[in-house]
Amino acid sequence: MTASTETGHPNVLAKAVREGVFAGVVAFLMFLLFVGIETYQDINNALVWRTRWGLLAIFVLVAAVSRFLSVGFIKPHIDRRKLAKAKSGVLEISEQKSFFHRHFLKIALVFLLVYPFLSLLIVGKQGSLKYVDNFGIQILIYVMLAWGLNIVVGLAGLLDLGYVAFYAVGAYSYALLSSYFGFSFWLLLPMSGILAALWGIILGFPVLRLRGDYLAIVTLAFGEIIRLVLINWTDVTKGTFGISGIAKASFFGIWSFDAGTTNNFVKAWGLSASSVYYKVFLFYVILALCMLTAYVTIRLRRMPIGRAWEALREDEIACRSLGINTVTTKLTAFATGAMFGGFAGSFFATRQGFVSPESFVFLESAVILAIVVLGGMGSLTGIAIAAVVMVGGTEVLREMSFLKVVFGPDFTPELYRMLLFGLAMIIVMLFKPRGFVGSREPTAFLKERRAVSGSFTKEGHG
Amino acid sequence: MALGTTTTMTNDTILKVEHLSMKFGGLMAINDLSLEARRGEITALIGPNGAGKTTVFNCITGFYKPTMGMLTLQRKDGKEYLLERLRDFEITKLAGVARTFQNIRLFSGLTVLENLLVAQHNALMKASGYTILGLLGLPAYRKAVDASIEKAKYWLDKADLTDRADDPAGDLPYGAQRRLEIARAMCTNPELLCLDEPAAGLNPRESAALNALLHMIRGEGVSILLIEHDMSVVMEISDHVVVLEYGQKISDGSPDHVKNDPRVIAAYLGVEDDEVEEVIAEELDGGTR
Repeated sequence: MTASTETGHPNVLAKAVREGVFAGVVAFLMFLLFVGIETYQDINNALVWRTRWGLLAIFVLVAAVSRFLSVGFIKPHIDRRKLAKAKSGVLEISEQKSFFHRHFLKIALVFLLVYPFLSLLIVGKQGSLKYVDNFGIQILIYVMLAWGLNIVVGLAGLLDLGYVAFYAVGAYSYALLSSYFGFSFWLLLPMSGILAALWGIILGFPVLRLRGDYLAIVTLAFGEIIRLVLINWTDVTKGTFGISGIAKASFFGIWSFDAGTTNNFVKAWGLSASSVYYKVFLFYVILALCMLTAYVTIRLRRMPIGRAWEALREDEIACRSLGINTVTTKLTAFATGAMFGGFAGSFFATRQGFVSPESFVFLESAVILAIVVLGGMGSLTGIAIAAVVMVGGTEVLREMSFLKVVFGPDFTPELYRMLLFGLAMIIVMLFKPRGFVGSREPTAFLKERRAVSGSFTKEGHG
Repeated sequence: MALGTTTTMTNDTILKVEHLSMKFGGLMAINDLSLEARRGEITALIGPNGAGKTTVFNCITGFYKPTMGMLTLQRKDGKEYLLERLRDFEITKLAGVARTFQNIRLFSGLTVLENLLVAQHNALMKASGYTILGLLGLPAYRKAVDASIEKAKYWLDKADLTDRADDPAGDLPYGAQRRLEIARAMCTNPELLCLDEPAAGLNPRESAALNALLHMIRGEGVSILLIEHDMSVVMEISDHVVVLEYGQKISDGSPDHVKNDPRVIAAYLGVEDDEVEEVIAEELDGGTR
């Protein structure tokens, strides 16, 4: 077998053809009903079906050809390279990291700080609306949410499937309190965080005895309960209509971004009217909130409470045998995570100017959790990268209108984002089962700080 | 938190177990067991498999609530705690009882040093003003952190783990994991250390090192209660041995006394059924303790 892989022996090609045909058959059976047949409504609103043999053929061909190529050419090539490396005696593990690798965090932070101006310079005011708002702010909201959830799932090991509930509490706290009482964003931002933390504790109490799957189910239910209350409590929340006309955040009370006010930001600085200034301002607000989340997480990890969270993830019984009150430890994890969810929620409300229960469906929780898992539970850098990939990837899909040329004019690429989500998850889990950054940084050291390999850390059992 | 004195305990008794019974459904795991552990001594709890040793441990350390009975612990300052009324973490926090587990329970993804720091959670929590003052980085908290690291270093040195301090605990060999678990328990400042089969799976050299460590711990004034299967370990290090069989105490005394007790020999080596009765009759004639 080794001889044949080295030389691209006919055996390999025969095997590749066999595997390729097999993959084609499997793909044909799998996609026959999904892709080959399409249902649609005709003019009389009757449901009828038609076939899409061409598209099915593309799917099957892609599967067969890529399997053929990977077995016949790519895999032997990789094996040859590995063998050559092993022969030459060069170790793959190298202590010397590249400049980019070592200073990654600094580079990323500087890039984020200049990002709005960079986009203003390159694509101008109107063009940068998209880059600052859709890419910048959207991704940073998810980064913050995922970092908040990371405290609960990544550090304390409590699987929370209803995290979006706290996001909703934060958003509605801001929306309701600002429209009913007229409080400002800067007052309500901490208040939403506190209210969400309160809800975190309220959720935490009854579920403390539950572990693992049971905890996940109850948190999932809690998320749905919050959403259903928002839908049905129409007197206060206006139900599915949502709350619109939510006040914009002001520049710390000095300048307002509302048109027509005397202290309007644009007027005060003598700029031409454009909504991009507000977006740039919001970008820096959410960036600051993200940095706050990261700072607090990093500090807390080095405090006794943070170590207790991680110890809880590793072994709850051992924690109790060491005199750690697991009840309060879990509650603080829930409350801290929920608080950041609340901050993000109130920011979301002021950025959108509109909230409705639609924004807080289970899918959001799943996406946030997927980002945490993909990034590597517990790792802030990994999670931020995962958020960029997942959320940014969705936005990029929207831009890919050239795909319409290939798949026909009524092809909407963003509808396929879940497919790509799943694909990305499978690929990452195959090659990096512990997420992008699977190792953990120790919080204290005697001689040398060495990252702990992901194979030792546990995921927690709730 | 000291619960009123209910028994007359002399100061040299650290733990008194009275009429302890533990029922799991219809199974009587422990049946009216009474025993005492004396301060500054190593008390061994031995018995055949399924005798209820670990159940006694779980009752003492609060992982089970006993069906009946009283567990009194007296601290050096004279305060008494009724362990069956405390929650599991309070037994460690207030009563000063620390334990290890039969199947090692380390925080495998944390480093060796972090394992020892987690054990000092309560002291550090207080020093950090329940996190709030610690976030501000007050000097008092910094001092407490330094002290906790010094303490961890002390026990790393005693457990011969200093070289591996920055490695994940899950990466240590088996014997080192056992020692680390004991060191971690010691970092909670216990007065009574409960060890559940500390020598299980150790080779003779590691076993000898463990004995030395336990002697050293006793030298620090900490009383030890241990479950052990390995008779050589028990006979060598313990001052006082209690033998359990089917949830009942069958012998209690010095290692030499226990070693020659016919009931213990019967329980461990097994004798013919009719001989057991003979043995018991002998015992009764002789007037058992």
